Amino acid sequence: MVAQNVFFSILALLMIASALKVVSTKNIVHAALWLVLVLAGVAGQFLLLGAEFVGVTQILVYIGAVIVLLLFGVMLTKANIGEEENINMPNRAIPAVIATLMFAVMSYSIIDSFRGEKLPKETVTNAATVSDSIFSDFIIPFEAVSVLLLAALIGAVVIARKETA
Amino acid sequence: MTITQYLLLSSVLFCIGIYGVLSRKNGVMVLMSIELILNAVNINLVAFSALTDNIAGEVFALFIIAIAAAEVGVGLAIVLLIFRNKQSVDLSEIDQMKG
Repeated sequence: MVAQNVFFSILALLMIASALKVVSTKNIVHAALWLVLVLAGVAGQFLLLGAEFVGVTQILVYIGAVIVLLLFGVMLTKANIGEEENINMPNRAIPAVIATLMFAVMSYSIIDSFRGEKLPKETVTNAATVSDSIFSDFIIPFEAVSVLLLAALIGAVVIARKETA
Repeated sequence: MTITQYLLLSSVLFCIGIYGVLSRKNGVMVLMSIELILNAVNINLVAFSALTDNIAGEVFALFIIAIAAAEVGVGLAIVLLIFRNKQSVDLSEIDQMKG
């Protein structure tokens, strides 16, 4: 339990610091690379919670695919590789106040309603359990997600292709 | 390990993501902040899945990962279209629908 708490704290500090860099750095490519650290930290937290399949999927899909897509987006929109001046809204105090207030309300309600409730002793859920559940209880959402992915694929091609008259 | 520490971590990430969405001007940066928000939600789902010993939370975390991938694909297509039409991805310049 102590080792888990130590690893949780290390990962959590790393994730929060990297997330702050993602929203504050002026270099778009650096922001994408800091985002990699946050996503890897999330995968580590999943593994700490015993959700091995979700953790591995997080690494495959997010770090493997989404980051590459975002970097392609940076490249195709001809962003500067170095620092960019015109990247933030002129008044950043209001978003900061909104986010802080939101965190205050959320943390108060979380601490008030759970009061440090302990997680049960960790059990690793293996991929077989997850797939049994997907293909029995959640077969309709699963099929809906596959149709949604197809629709997103076609939609992205239709939106992004060049208009040829 | 308590459930509170996971929920607090996820709410920190969520609020940082909200700040990023509201304070960034570049379309690609806004998409990155949305990824932060979606990951915060996933931490919540998996933590509650461990708390209640119910596999449904992990299954829905997988669904959210799939939907996030689709969202980034369509979002980047929209950003590219905006860039092609306006030669910039500055979100404060996109005000054609302003009355």
